[in-house]
This record gives sequence, C-alpha cells and structure tokens, in this order.
Amino acid sequence: MTVSLFIPCLVDQFFPSVGINLVKILRKVGVSVDYPSGQTCCGQPAFNSGYHEEATQLARRFLEVFGKAETIVSPSGSCTSMVKVFYPELLQDPGLSRELQEITGRTHEFSDFLVNVMGIKDLGATFPHRVTYHDACHLLRELRVHRAPRELIRHVRGIELVEMEDSDACCGFGGTFSVKFPDISTAMVQDKGTAILETEAEYVVANDSSCLMQIGGYLSRRDLPIKPLHLADLLGENL
Amino acid sequence: MNRTPSQFKILASENVADPRLRRTFHSATHHALGQRAQSVQLVPEWEDLRERAHRIKEEAIEHLDLHLERLEASVIQRGGRVFWARDASEAAGYVVDLCRRLGASTVVKSKSMAAEEIGLTDALEASGVEPVETDLGEFIIQLAGETPSHIIAPALHMTRQQIGGLFQEKFGIPYTDVPSELCAFARQRLRQEFLSARLGISGVNFAAADTGTIVVVENEGNARLCTSLPRVHLAIMGLEKVIPRFSDLPLFLRLLARSSTGQRQTSYVSMISGPRREGEWDGPEEFHLILLDNGRSDILADPRVRRSLYCIRCGACLNTCPIYQRVGGHSYGSVYSGPIGAVLTPLFQGLEAAQDLPYASSLCGSCSNICPVKIDLHHQLLWLREKLVARGSTPWRERLAMTLYAAGMKDPALYRMGSALLRLLLKVAGKSGRSLAIPGWSSTRDFPALAETSFKQWWKENRNQGEEP
Repeated sequence: MTVSLFIPCLVDQFFPSVGINLVKILRKVGVSVDYPSGQTCCGQPAFNSGYHEEATQLARRFLEVFGKAETIVSPSGSCTSMVKVFYPELLQDPGLSRELQEITGRTHEFSDFLVNVMGIKDLGATFPHRVTYHDACHLLRELRVHRAPRELIRHVRGIELVEMEDSDACCGFGGTFSVKFPDISTAMVQDKGTAILETEAEYVVANDSSCLMQIGGYLSRRDLPIKPLHLADLLGENL
Repeated sequence: MNRTPSQFKILASENVADPRLRRTFHSATHHALGQRAQSVQLVPEWEDLRERAHRIKEEAIEHLDLHLERLEASVIQRGGRVFWARDASEAAGYVVDLCRRLGASTVVKSKSMAAEEIGLTDALEASGVEPVETDLGEFIIQLAGETPSHIIAPALHMTRQQIGGLFQEKFGIPYTDVPSELCAFARQRLRQEFLSARLGISGVNFAAADTGTIVVVENEGNARLCTSLPRVHLAIMGLEKVIPRFSDLPLFLRLLARSSTGQRQTSYVSMISGPRREGEWDGPEEFHLILLDNGRSDILADPRVRRSLYCIRCGACLNTCPIYQRVGGHSYGSVYSGPIGAVLTPLFQGLEAAQDLPYASSLCGSCSNICPVKIDLHHQLLWLREKLVARGSTPWRERLAMTLYAAGMKDPALYRMGSALLRLLLKVAGKSGRSLAIPGWSSTRDFPALAETSFKQWWKENRNQGEEP
C-alpha cells in the first residue's frame, strides 16, 4: 500500500516533526510513503471565515494534487474533516461528486487509519510518562474518532493515560476565533489548562497541532510544567 | 438596559471578565448538562429519536404553507380565531386591541420566547396594560427590569442571594434566599392576578396541524392557569412551531423534556384544542392564536439556513456551548442567545446588525452534536459567514489577507518562495527560532516559532532516509 501524506500548512511551517514522525510510523507499519509536493493548504482558514470562493479554488487544487492517491493520511483531525465533511458542502458540484466521494473515502486521520484501517494498535513505542489526552473537536465530532488515539496511547510501554475532566471541551482555538475573540478564547484555554493540570500529567497529547498550539501557548506563557505533544511525535520519537 | 447584538464583542468581554458571572454560568450550564446526560442515558434509542424528529421537522418546514393552513382550518373548526402577524408590531397590535376590547387592565402571561421576540410586555405597558409575568424566572427578571439570559431559565444569570435581595427590596419582605420560600411568596402574590385577569397569554411549544391542538410544556403550573382561568386565552407562536400530526407529539415531548431540563416528562403538559364548547363548564370563552412570521419566511426562502427553523427551543445548545458558558445570554444582545441565537438573530435582525454573532463560535460542533432535532448549527453559522463575505460586509484588511493567502496557496512555487523568504527575513532580523508576535494572540499566549526547516524542505532532502531498501 502507498500512503500519500497530507501535511497541513501549520505542520509544514511550524511543527514539521509531526510530519517527519508520521513518515517514520507509516514506514514502520510497512506502507510506502509518498508526499505529493504540489500540496499547500486545504482551504479551511478561508472556508471557516466565509471566503468560499477562495476555499473552492484550494479545494479543487487539493483534488488535483491528490486525485491519483491510493490512500491519503493526515496528522490532523481538523484538516481531514475539511476534506471529508466540508468539501462536499462547499463544492456542491454534480460533475465532481464521484471524484469527490472517492477522495473523501480514501482520506483518513492518522490514528483512525492505523487502528481502523490497518488494524494496528501497538507500534512498539516506549514512553514511561503520565499523559492526558485532549479530544480535538473536529476529530471527535466531525470524524467521530474517540477510541483510536486512546488505543494507540494505551499500547505504549510504560505510559500512564489519565483522563482529564471534559476532555471533549473545546480548547478555544477555533482558527480566527482565537484572535477575533481573544478574551473568550483565553477563558476557554484557561479552563482547559486547569483540567489538564488536575491530572498531574507531564504531557497533554492531541492529534491536532492547532489545538496544541493554543494549549501549549497558554501553558508556556503561564510557565506551567506540562508539555504539549502530538500523538505522532509521541509514537514516532519513541519507537 | 437596551442591549443590541452589535455590542456582542464589548458585552462578551465584560461578562467573561466577571468572575461571579463566570461561576454562575458554569455551574448552571453544567448542572443542566449533567441532568440531561443522565436522562438521555436511559433512552438507548435516543439517536433514532433525534433522526425521526429531524425528518418530521423537515417535513413540516419543507411544506410549511400547507401545514399552517391546515392548522388554521383546524383551529377555526374548533371555535378558535387565528391571526397571521407579518411582524412584531402587527402581532403586538393585535394583543393590544384585544386588551382594549376586553377592557383588560392586567394580563397574566406565561413564558413565551415569541412574546419576548416581539417585545410584547413593553407594547402592553405602553398602552396602559399591566403584563404580569407568571413564570418564576420571568417574574424575577421582570422585577429586576432585566431580559431573559437563557431560553429555558430566564434568570440563569442571577444567584439566589441576588433574588432574595431583590424580593426584599421590591416587596419589603424579610430577606431569605431559600428557594422554596421565595417561590411560595411569588406563588401567593400571583394567585390573585390569575383570578382577576381577563386575558391570559401563553406561548406554544408545538401546534398539531391535523387537530388544531396547541401544546404548552412547563413545570410550574402557571401556564395551565394562564390558559384556563381567564375569560380569554391568547397563544402566540412562531410559524415554525407547527407539527404535521398530533401523533408526532410524544416523540417531541420526550426529546424536549430530556434535552432542556433532563426530565423524563415535565410536570405539566397542556393540550388545548379551542375554547370552551357548549356543555363544557370551564375553560376560556375565546381562544386566539397568533401565527408570527417576523422574518421566518425569509429564512425559509434560503435552503442553506432553513434548518434553523427546526428548533424546538430546548436550550441544550446554549448549555453545551463553550462560548455561551463563558459570556452568558445577555452578551448576545437579543432574546435568542447561544448557538441558535447566533444563527437566528442575524437572520431576524439583519446580518449587518449582528455581524459578530456568526463568528462567535469556535466551530467546535458541540451544539450540533447535542441538538435533539439535529440542526447542523455550526454549519449554519458558516453559511452566515459566507453571506457576509458575499455582501462585502467583512473588513477590507481581512478581504485583502484572504486574497493574498489564496494566491500564495494556489501556487506551490509561490508558497515555497514565501516560506523561504519569511525565514530569510527573520534570520536577517535576528529573530529566527523566536516566538512570533501575533496581534490578538500574543497578549495571553505564546505563538510558536517558525520551524527552521519546513516539512516540505525536509522531505526534499531526506525522503529516502529510513526507507526499506
């Protein structure tokens, strides 16, 4: 099987280790990895702000770039849901619908891909630390992925997973929401931070770099001793 | 206090900074969510119920004209009168005229969001009629000169200590903050009003088109009294409250009670099919039903936001919304708050008058997830944002930024160049590897540094590394 990586622009520019570790993980489970180099951004920032014309152009590009891909895997629940859930709403274009249906069916968030497509829960990683898991909104409520990342975490040697209160509550990122309404966004991440602290975990794990940027940005500003960690980094770095 | 939806940003910032309000909102919404979760757990077929209710609402709204005409005919056949109100002033005007004809100087009123929406109490007061709110929450906020801050719990923003203080101040009674004592006092005071009022006004939770039955759901019994004791009963409903069949009702009652208060059933469910008939010895002599449009036809005309008309006003989306939980209902500057308010208010009052509301969401989707009739609320917000952009109502800086963003993202060469150029500039400025300062972000949170090497670059250089031969 060949997997085409769909690396979100945020990961590309700010958190490349997430992509690098994803490559490592996928190779470890025996699939060959390809990275269509024409990819940029899925268009979610434009779509979420109401700029559908711009978003449509980027969505069509995505379909061109990934049109031939056998399987598409991304380390982001949010960008995956843009393709799987929001492209069909955005591109209400009957001519495209078959191609679109096929592509959305072949696109997977990486924890969902590993557990539910490949049937792999144990990657053989070791990480003797106490962690807590934050459910990223789009991964949980658009893609309904709840168990897969937890399965992967539980199978890591030496790890202790402690659930936080309201792990499914939004961290307050929400794209441009975080800068349009900084007071509300900060109030949300404060409460998220409190829930994380109460677990006495060393790491807060999530599958979306955007949530981790929000949570991590708040934790580091407050000098709080908990580190944000993408699940791909957790697994890939400790194989 | 006249708040408008255009003040959302200011009001929300004020309210989110108030620790007492934050605590009150948190405990009230989480209590309601806990009750709901417990009662929903007992219904294994919950998801099927939601799906069925969605389909019935779809049927009702897609053929709203037919169902409303059927409802009108059924109500008239049962001896009631129907008034189609195009807007708030027509609806309020009808009630004021009715009060004049009846010579009513006071009216008793149970909770109704439609009445709130048309500003009925203000209209009545302006014409010399005293409206008496009989729902305990409404009674409290009327006393305080406030507006409701929650669809189900109008006085949610107040603590019982505040309410105790208010009763002491307004009625000169000894201070108490024991809920049952406050409740007993209000009950005693209201009893006299029920007996003397000539007109009782209620809202409508559901109206069955086939039987002409209107259904009022409540826990205090005040709506039962409003609809049965006075000589005349007037009910007001938004056009979308019609359901095709009386037999659809049990489904909706289950969903509404559990979603709103976590009850299996509310204490009172009144089903009213017309006024007192010959041979009956009680009930009002006249029954009037106002069918309120007030912008609903326009919503109906747009298929992308039409589903907002499925709402049964349970308030669950408010409780679960992380924004509502922190800013409270008053921030929205309109009678409808939370996610459903963020959708409806711009549609009712005009997009430009409520421009911030469609953006007052992190798109976390918990509203759509909890909605008992499966309205895709956060998707509706996205369509409203699109409408604002299409009308050119967004700030020019944002439009420019989006144009540049799309241009850069459409062209992979430009994207690579931009990414390299940005790194070069940061290096020249001696800021490589340092956290970027982002307006609106950096005052409370650190922004990450741009990675030294992008993934794209890494892939180019290392793609074959680690690959099995």
